[in-house]
Amino acid sequence: MSFHVQATLGTRGFDVGLGLAPGETVAVLGPNGAGKSTLLNVIAGLLRPDSGRAEIDGKVLFDLDGGASTWTAPHHRGTALLAQEPLLFPHLSALENVAFGPRSAGIRRKTARESARKWLAAVDAGELEARRPAELSGGQAQRVAVARALAANPEVLLLDEPMAALDIHAAPLLRRLLKKVLAGRRAIIITHDVLDALMLADRVIILEAGRITEEGPTQEVLQRPRSRFAAGLAGLNLFPGTLTSTGIRTAEGLEVAGHQDEEVFPAGAGQPGVAAFPPSAVSVFLTDAHGSPRNSFAVTVTDLEQHGDQIRVRADGMSADITPAASADLGLAPGMTVYFVIKAAAVAVYPA
Amino acid sequence: MGQARASGYDGIPRWIYGIAAAGGLFVLLPLAAMAARVNWPQFIPLVTSDSSLTALGLSLRTSAASTALCIVFGVPLALVLARSTFPGQRLLRAFVLLPLVLPPVVGGIALLYTFGRQGLLGRSLEVAGIQIAFSTTAVVLAQTFVALPFLVVSLEGALRTAGGRYEAVAATLGARPTTVLRRVTVPLVLPGLASGAVLSFARSLGEFGATLTFAGSLQGVTRTLPLEIYLQRETDADAAVALSLVLVAVAVTVVGLTYRRPGTPGRRSAPAGADPAGADLRRAAAGGRPDGNR
Repeated sequence: MSFHVQATLGTRGFDVGLGLAPGETVAVLGPNGAGKSTLLNVIAGLLRPDSGRAEIDGKVLFDLDGGASTWTAPHHRGTALLAQEPLLFPHLSALENVAFGPRSAGIRRKTARESARKWLAAVDAGELEARRPAELSGGQAQRVAVARALAANPEVLLLDEPMAALDIHAAPLLRRLLKKVLAGRRAIIITHDVLDALMLADRVIILEAGRITEEGPTQEVLQRPRSRFAAGLAGLNLFPGTLTSTGIRTAEGLEVAGHQDEEVFPAGAGQPGVAAFPPSAVSVFLTDAHGSPRNSFAVTVTDLEQHGDQIRVRADGMSADITPAASADLGLAPGMTVYFVIKAAAVAVYPA
Repeated sequence: MGQARASGYDGIPRWIYGIAAAGGLFVLLPLAAMAARVNWPQFIPLVTSDSSLTALGLSLRTSAASTALCIVFGVPLALVLARSTFPGQRLLRAFVLLPLVLPPVVGGIALLYTFGRQGLLGRSLEVAGIQIAFSTTAVVLAQTFVALPFLVVSLEGALRTAGGRYEAVAATLGARPTTVLRRVTVPLVLPGLASGAVLSFARSLGEFGATLTFAGSLQGVTRTLPLEIYLQRETDADAAVALSLVLVAVAVTVVGLTYRRPGTPGRRSAPAGADPAGADLRRAAAGGRPDGNR
């Protein structure tokens, strides 16, 4: 592994280890306060962990384990940070902002400017070079900030929700741009948007309460989530529990029948596993409708909301998507007890 | 800070304007009263007399020198107070700000016991053949002593408002701390630094008590304009009034030049949808810091 970081921060309950292959982009997703920004700040050298170790291609960023601790200052790390806000230096033109990294590396002014022009062109901001940050729109400024980060030639690019502060028109543009510039580049991107993970990352990491709860190739995590957070991202209902011969038994004793792909996941009964199914696979009935093989759960409706052209029915942590007509027929309202019925064939069961 | 908006609701009760006007008058009226007593036909000869010009020149020179000293010591002090944390930080801040509330005479006495012939450092300096008390250097030191807090307070406020986020980004782009200071921090807080320097200059220009105590009143050496005015007041009231007006004019010019508008150009690009400055101000206020003069 060419980049590796392992760090703990006792006060924040943070304990994370991760590695990046050359040219690999990893998306870090997780609820607010899970420690996503902490991770980037630790890597960038803006925050000192209690213990741990990190290195890039043999260069030690920090090594706080053992007797003699090593700590490399942020400016020696080669870990450019791109935050939610562009944070362009307001007193410098766009060109000088982008040239800041090369200039700091000791490159002569003229050469640094040439390099800056190249990077501005790469982010489609060549015509903005003379502008001050105050004269740029949010999207333009963030593009210039991307160019500035790349011009510093970082060994790992750290992106902290780069799209979060942009309006809905600027975000897709920047996402396409990032897809272009992140290709073949080692980067960690924090995001709340599953689309970012799908488009930009090779791998996703789910961070919850300072720990990695799930990681793997983006597609796989979204198709077969094992954590509630990942299931929420993928829009799936999730039941963690123990594998049985027919499906899953949850900790509360609920039996969920499903279909297990033995070839992909050869696992025996008794092991921890999850059952997942999309809200579209759920039918809603007012009375208990038995029949095999299917699942029927008595639940209390908590919420109804518009979801595309469907009505999403939330009940006891599960979701069902039904048509507005069906919702009206059933006369659904919060507080009602209904039955969520899911065919076993629509429930994917796999080891956790 | 109270510039009126061009339009819209300002939320100020009407009676507040009345009290504010009274407060403004309290400052303006004495100045007007003094201006009314100026012997205008004799004004030019009075202010261009030898002793007056010497005092004015000395005042400007020493104030410029002490402002430079304030910048040299004040910028690092403000940085250390605003950006780092160390034991005794609150105590250091309290001591740096002390001259703001200390009677200048007391400051002068303290300086005398430090740099005077029998002083803490003075004795060693005397051995080295350096005599500070009752010299022009003493004037500069006295002025620096009383003016330094103005620069520190104003710059510390600016540094806190700007926050450390630009510096963090600069560091991750590969800039060493000295480069960050030179190319990011100082340009970002330049308006705060400038207003701090102007305040220091103005305070130095008006310095009287510490100067008289520590430097004495030797014409051409330590007799600055305020000392000259005080001296003239006893013999020639017309000259004192005329010189006072000159001092007012210089001070108004200096302060006016820098305080044309709050929000000098090059402050910050307001990032869309975020209010870091406001957040930092609130943090600073919560920390009980005396507010910066911006």
